[in-house]
Amino acid sequence: MIINHPLLGPRDAQEFTYLGDANLINRPDWQAEDAVDQFHEYLYQRDNPAGKHRELWYHEAGDRSWLVVTRDTLTHEITGVELARDVALKSGRGK
Amino acid sequence: MHSLKPLTPLGGTTPRRDEYPGLILMENPDWAMASVAARAGSVKKLASAFTTFAQGKLAAVESIDNSGKITNFWTAPDQWMVMAPFASHESLAADLKAALGNTASVVEQTDGWCRFDLSGAHAVNTLERLSAANSRRMQANRVCRTQIDHLGCFMLCHKAGQDFSILGPRSAAASLHHALTTAAISIA
Repeated sequence: MIINHPLLGPRDAQEFTYLGDANLINRPDWQAEDAVDQFHEYLYQRDNPAGKHRELWYHEAGDRSWLVVTRDTLTHEITGVELARDVALKSGRGK
Repeated sequence: MHSLKPLTPLGGTTPRRDEYPGLILMENPDWAMASVAARAGSVKKLASAFTTFAQGKLAAVESIDNSGKITNFWTAPDQWMVMAPFASHESLAADLKAALGNTASVVEQTDGWCRFDLSGAHAVNTLERLSAANSRRMQANRVCRTQIDHLGCFMLCHKAGQDFSILGPRSAAASLHHALTTAAISIA
């Protein structure tokens, strides 16, 4: 598999380490009233789609950036690669 | 006063030099280094403070900038490594911190790394046996981070196809040197 890094161009997937579902970025508010339930969902419940999946990859043998990769789990086709930092900032994190 | 003798990363009192047909492999220890990471939202302020200090620019993605008094290269988004000759810049990290203030985090890297310089017609043939990086198509003043024998290294290209430097962890200098010489011998 080739991952098209947004800064560095096409790189072999061997250079990367896979973490899992990109929803891990959306950490729940620990002060919410139902924080325990939210964290249970966050930690233990995973979707396992046969199709498009957004996932976190770490460029360990490269520039050490975290990426959000949109990959089809049936065909391994990669349709989108973004820096995880940009995804988090776009969703209002870091403010 | 202790009478201490500085040793190179390979443990010698003088830098190691290996010669093979078409390749010279040199240990090059005389560099002061510091890493610079922009604090959140301070990239522009950092860039202008750095230019005031070094009269050069912070390097673009995967590039080396030699235009100022000291060299720097890109290591990751908003992060750079600054290098200068050790004899004239022993206090590089402290000088950078004084010049850059709160725009960046500066970490001393001198002696954290070992540096091997490869030059000659077989430089690329050696490197492509060791790493996934596309050394054959690397242009001058380009850099990439890659793995050589499981060690995270920076590969710097000074002259396309001819002159390269490998920066690797100093604690694994002998392992890195072993990998480089093994590849070099396999070609020679």
